[in-house]
Amino acid sequence: MDYSFTPEEDAFRKEISDFLDKELPSEWFEKFRYTYWEEDDESWEITKSWNKKLGEKGYLGVGLPKEYGGLGGSHFHHVVFEEELYSRGRTPTWIEKNITVDWISPTLLEVGTEEQKEKFVKPAAKGDLVFCLGYSEPDSGSDLASMTTSAVEDGDEFIINGQKTWTTMAHRADYIWLAARTDPDAPPHKGITIFLIDMKTPGITVRPIINMLHSHSYNEVFFDNCRVPKSAIINQKNMGWYVMMVALNHERGGVNFPSHMKQLLGELVQYCKTIKRDGKYLSEDSVIRKKLAKLAVEIEVTTLLNYRTTCLQHKGKKITHEGSLAKILCNDMWTKLAQISTEILGPFVLLDRFSRRAPIHGDMARYFLNAASMGVGGGATEIQRNVVAQMGLGFKLK
Amino acid sequence: MDLEFNKEQQLLKSSVQDFLKKESPMTVVREMLSDEMGCSKKVWKKMAELGWLGIVAPDEYEGLEGNLIDLAIIMEEMGAACFTSPFFSTVISGIAVNEAGSEDQKKSILPKMVDGKLIMTLATDESEAWFGSPHISTTAAEDGDNYVINGTKLFVLNAHIADKIICLARTSDGEKPEDGLTFFIVDGKADGVTCHMLDTLANDKQNEVIFENVKVPKSSVLGEVGNAWDALEKVKQFASVAKSAESLGGLVSVLDMTAKYAKDRKQFGRPLGGFQVIAHYLADMMVDVDGSRVITYKAAWLLSKGLPAEKEVSMAKSFVSEASQRVTINGHQIHGAMGFCDEHDMHLYYRNAKTTEMQFGDSDYHLEKVAVEIGL
Repeated sequence: MDYSFTPEEDAFRKEISDFLDKELPSEWFEKFRYTYWEEDDESWEITKSWNKKLGEKGYLGVGLPKEYGGLGGSHFHHVVFEEELYSRGRTPTWIEKNITVDWISPTLLEVGTEEQKEKFVKPAAKGDLVFCLGYSEPDSGSDLASMTTSAVEDGDEFIINGQKTWTTMAHRADYIWLAARTDPDAPPHKGITIFLIDMKTPGITVRPIINMLHSHSYNEVFFDNCRVPKSAIINQKNMGWYVMMVALNHERGGVNFPSHMKQLLGELVQYCKTIKRDGKYLSEDSVIRKKLAKLAVEIEVTTLLNYRTTCLQHKGKKITHEGSLAKILCNDMWTKLAQISTEILGPFVLLDRFSRRAPIHGDMARYFLNAASMGVGGGATEIQRNVVAQMGLGFKLK
Repeated sequence: MDLEFNKEQQLLKSSVQDFLKKESPMTVVREMLSDEMGCSKKVWKKMAELGWLGIVAPDEYEGLEGNLIDLAIIMEEMGAACFTSPFFSTVISGIAVNEAGSEDQKKSILPKMVDGKLIMTLATDESEAWFGSPHISTTAAEDGDNYVINGTKLFVLNAHIADKIICLARTSDGEKPEDGLTFFIVDGKADGVTCHMLDTLANDKQNEVIFENVKVPKSSVLGEVGNAWDALEKVKQFASVAKSAESLGGLVSVLDMTAKYAKDRKQFGRPLGGFQVIAHYLADMMVDVDGSRVITYKAAWLLSKGLPAEKEVSMAKSFVSEASQRVTINGHQIHGAMGFCDEHDMHLYYRNAKTTEMQFGDSDYHLEKVAVEIGL
């Protein structure tokens, strides 16, 4: 048993921290902290160029092999990089990096052809490509296997028809990692295939969905007789569910959320030490102290549960329910953090980001709104509980 | 980083498991609830032979020179088996002696303790000072070559059978309540020491100990006169982690027991665990169990390396305390009326969970410490 990072990993942390100190302009922090879920054309250009800068150093794909543009680091190097990056708060790098480099790229390395690895992974690791995930459909959310978007074989091509939804970053992505039904007669899990499709292919239409923060990050993606070559198939026809599970394994165990929460908690602590109510600093209020301390405890526990997943991955052990288990606590914590911040700020939490009197730049008002989505994205908390009950405890659920 | 046990740790864990399964099955645990010592002399002797009483004692005093991870492993398994004995109170007193004691004190006490020939306990809490509070009113007044101790201690584990009681008393008033506190090693059978066994929820052996003009020689001072506070804080850290580990073990058993019940018990034509509402309770219990494990052993690991651990120790005790409440009440909920029956073991865990929660600081107490550590 060993809870420490190696000296080499600590040195890498220092390297990343120095790099961020030098290269991350502080004005970006102000710009991006307002844009938690969104980006405009200007900020997207910053994101792209910043990700390219990370890509040049190999940091973007820290865990990917060097021959594919990564740094060839271990799972722990990846953890260190994410912790350092996300402890800076909202930087230009966000979900597009996770989707493209952390989830899809390693999946391609595991299940893709040599040609696909060459074509996609290296540019992804360099920040030259962005992917989006085409999973959810209007009638297939938590029950993903019921998806109906179809891909019908026609000579050397497949013809795709259907609709995907909640597709984060589809309006910016170069390719979509699409799950479509290729065998309508097979059991739901056995008739799905994953395709990696150029977003410029005729027949694809992207329509924005504006979320409750008035931001654009989700989209609907329509496929209308969209023809794609057979070479767009990842792994094999009808092996899509398996490929999705491989990708999901890479999606689990991320440390970005707890790192970001730690940074926010730090802001709340500072706030409480500078703001008075009834002549006393908020930090002297025993109820507030207890609430913030409890958050700190649970953030630490979430971090450690994620480390546990990383340790298992590092040892080459199979991950089953561990990532979902950490995500249950993580999802709850986002909501708690948001609610507790409202309790601490009182009526000031009602002031949105452009209010003259908004505390902490209106961040907490935005987080409160965001909290409504925290238990939903990436598999609802209830689905994570199903995974833990089934994979971790051996229950059979109907 | 590797959050799993290494081979030796795994071996220790399975040997404790095997031992307790053989020597202390639940039938024996129940018999021992009314036993004076909480475990048979035969089992106590065997534990000594295995070296557990010296698990963290240095080699020079015949200990195994293990670290806090090893102690946590033993405590976890004891908690999992509902095993009661003077193990904890003795080992934690041994830690106090090793932390604060003179060479002579260590030599005279630790090898005997390792051998199972010395039952010990810490007497710190009082009617107006618990969870290791410094507001101690028990006094020790200098009288020639002696000190004379007066006061009443509460919640003292195994005092009625203890050979040595390590008593925290005030030798002077200082600027802060932490100043002027001194540890004394008092003979359990000394004149003026009276024990009253307290009737407790879990039938563990807690006592009210009255010190009435108890005369002890100056050589019985443990550590420096007036300076017990730092040593006490250190001992409290070790104790908090050991108690967190004991709670964790109990929670592991509750989860196992409840998951099994939810697989066996059928209603509406299917096992209880086939209903999402029950499966989700169990998933949440597993989050609590695994969460308790990673934070408890982080604190144990830090202490084993001699690294600062104030924050993590309090995080562990706080998280485990709250997890205990959730896991045990959910365990009862899923067991239904069955779990409320005396013959079912569920309530033993429910009782023990509350008992360990109330020892060495509950969640609120430790959250205040965490608050300080995060800069509040």
